[in-house]
Amino acid sequence: MATASMTAEKLHNFSKVCEILDKFDRLPSKIIPILQAVQEEYRYLPEEILTFVATSLGISPARVFGIATFYSHFSLEPKGKYIIKVCDGTACHVKGSSGLIETIERELSLSEKVRTTPDLLFTLETVSCLGACGLAPAVVINDKVYGQVSKKQMKELITEYKAKED
Amino acid sequence: METLEKIKENFENKKACLSHSIIICAGTGCIANGAMEVHAALAQIIKEKNLPLTLTLKEELPETDKDPVLLSKSGCQGFCQVGPLVTIEPDKILYIKVKPEDARDIIEKTILQGEVIDRLLYEEPSTGKSCRNHQEIPFYTRQSRTVLKSCGNIDPEDIGDYIHTDGYKAARDMIMNKSSQEVCDIMQEAGLRGRGGGGFTTGRKWELALKQDSDAKYIICNGDEGDPGAFMDRSVMEGNPHSVLEGMIIAAKACGGTEGQVYVRMEYPLAVERINKAIEEARAMGYLGKGIFGSDFDFDIFVMEGAGAFVCGEASAMTESIMGRRGMPRVKPPRTAEKGLWGKPTVVNNVETLACVPLIINMGEKVYKTTGTSGSPGTKTFALTGHVVNTGLIEVPFGTTLREIIFNIGGGVLNAKGEIDNDDFKAVQIGGPSGGCLIEEHLDIPLDFDSLKSVGAMVGSGGLVVMNKSTCMVQIARFFMKFTQSESCGKCVPCREGTRQILELIDEVTQGHGSQESLTLLEELCETVGETSLCGLGKSAPSPVLSTLKQFRSEWDAHVNDKHCPTGNCKDLVSYSIIADACKGCTACVRVCPVDAISGNRKEAHIIDENKCIRCGACVETCRFEAITVGGNNE
Repeated sequence: MATASMTAEKLHNFSKVCEILDKFDRLPSKIIPILQAVQEEYRYLPEEILTFVATSLGISPARVFGIATFYSHFSLEPKGKYIIKVCDGTACHVKGSSGLIETIERELSLSEKVRTTPDLLFTLETVSCLGACGLAPAVVINDKVYGQVSKKQMKELITEYKAKED
Repeated sequence: METLEKIKENFENKKACLSHSIIICAGTGCIANGAMEVHAALAQIIKEKNLPLTLTLKEELPETDKDPVLLSKSGCQGFCQVGPLVTIEPDKILYIKVKPEDARDIIEKTILQGEVIDRLLYEEPSTGKSCRNHQEIPFYTRQSRTVLKSCGNIDPEDIGDYIHTDGYKAARDMIMNKSSQEVCDIMQEAGLRGRGGGGFTTGRKWELALKQDSDAKYIICNGDEGDPGAFMDRSVMEGNPHSVLEGMIIAAKACGGTEGQVYVRMEYPLAVERINKAIEEARAMGYLGKGIFGSDFDFDIFVMEGAGAFVCGEASAMTESIMGRRGMPRVKPPRTAEKGLWGKPTVVNNVETLACVPLIINMGEKVYKTTGTSGSPGTKTFALTGHVVNTGLIEVPFGTTLREIIFNIGGGVLNAKGEIDNDDFKAVQIGGPSGGCLIEEHLDIPLDFDSLKSVGAMVGSGGLVVMNKSTCMVQIARFFMKFTQSESCGKCVPCREGTRQILELIDEVTQGHGSQESLTLLEELCETVGETSLCGLGKSAPSPVLSTLKQFRSEWDAHVNDKHCPTGNCKDLVSYSIIADACKGCTACVRVCPVDAISGNRKEAHIIDENKCIRCGACVETCRFEAITVGGNNE
């Protein structure tokens, strides 16, 4: 749980957020890039930070929450260390992305409701299209793209990433 | 300021000094297949052989007695299926599926000895003929790459390379020698129509913005390509970012734009990076900022990263998002060209549209009009994917038939086993969530904005997904509806509630609870949502459902009347069983079944307990004797 405690530590330190706010001149119109930068730092949008951001920009927390929940890139829940994005674009879909999703759900005991493993190691996300349709079905783990992934390969990838942590 | 001609000449001089150029495709597809490792391996061997190496023509070439080798990275070359691609100039050789282990041979044999390595050449699957380069590969020869021409040839991170292909000349000419009205007229005359989907005439949009009286006007490049199954905008932004910037500068000249915004999906990190680099370079050269090209015209461009909302591809929603709000569309008129970002006139153009603009000016509007059809001049890029031999990015003149695209450029249809089998063609989905499915009888229609509309489909963003007979069309309809339902912004009731109800009706069908009445209701609901929704997302959301209902009625009927999914894709309508005669009792299936639904003694036929089975298909994949069948419930 090293990651979780690290996040908690950061939470009480708003200096990083202030840096981000200053970088965007504390302009309310820059709220989306600000939230993107905040999320990059914490891997999700902690509630306290959202309120802090709202107050700093002089806009209502409701507006900030409204934006944070509207855009699918933002998450109010902590995400795992490894984010597995399965592309479910048309090309990937017809080439079997749903099978990959099922495999991951089974391997990591995830479901449509539970998308992050309790040890905060993996988060499963489906994305509409990664724009790598020639590689269908495609999977991205953090920044690494894997193309033409089979169910078997998916299993092996999960084992590989798990092994990195042992 | 150094003139474009001088920069071009310098670049040419440097190019002439090279012994070889090795261009590695560094598009997303090739990078995923290991292009960077190939690049590193080639650099390593070049160093080992003591050859002078240069990674860019931006800097001075190394001073040696031997001519240096250029090792550069390009944007997507389109043929993603067989990447990583390596092109060698001036020998004009294209190597495919290159691995780091091949680096030594490429340097030792091709670069040093001038030998062609046969095993790395593309082999035409139907004829077995080896193709030495782009000029011999049917995938390329049957296209007419115009917008994509430089993608994959030039170094996207070197403005000099873009200028070398006559880049920024059109922008300079328009700014120095033409009036705004004249620029609008050129586009009108060329008949360029927006490539984002709707096909609105670009020149008319610009003219509308020009006529507005305002102290500020904005040019937005719509790079929020959210359509599943489309990636041409991504490739242009990654492969030739300067062409997009140049298009924006010309658009700014045409309507008096003061500031530009490139709205890019954050899922496209490489595109964001390359566009940012291009803006910096263009600014440093004086092509952006104050007094561009030494004129009194000011224009600068900034990048905004989207945060994952499909509806933001709609112009009015996009302006909301840039202003830091929820991206919800509004009622039109006024059009965004009249009242957009911060209430000022705003032109929103698609990436591909903007990339066309400098090309049209350079070739002349009359020449441009000679390709394509009379209503839709020019070429269109399509992302060809799905069950087809050659997947990738293609560009063809409007008016090309689907038959040519699928069977000649695409190389034919793949069946469920992955073999070429043109009889296995079932449908092609065109235009993403706003488009529709076309079948055999549509294969010879010349593709353009108007002909597609007349058969209930749409050019849309240009996604072309080929499907073979193993595809369930009800599931395809469900797939698109699920997408639009989850991407609906929720502002208007028909879209928010209507798409949800459509999805539920489809679910009823796939789960075996549907009836003819569900289908009638579905059609009515689709028509209502289409007619009453606020923006394009809701208006076109029912299209994929309506088009499958029309083209594949019998398949829908089978789902509701017989509770049977003909392709075996709808899990609730199929059952798994083991053919006793074929089963060897190897227990492989028992071991992979996640719910212990399979039982039986070793070396004896096994059985599946249908009540326990979750229909995951793991057993079918594992069985080496093809002893497990997937059938309809009623069979």
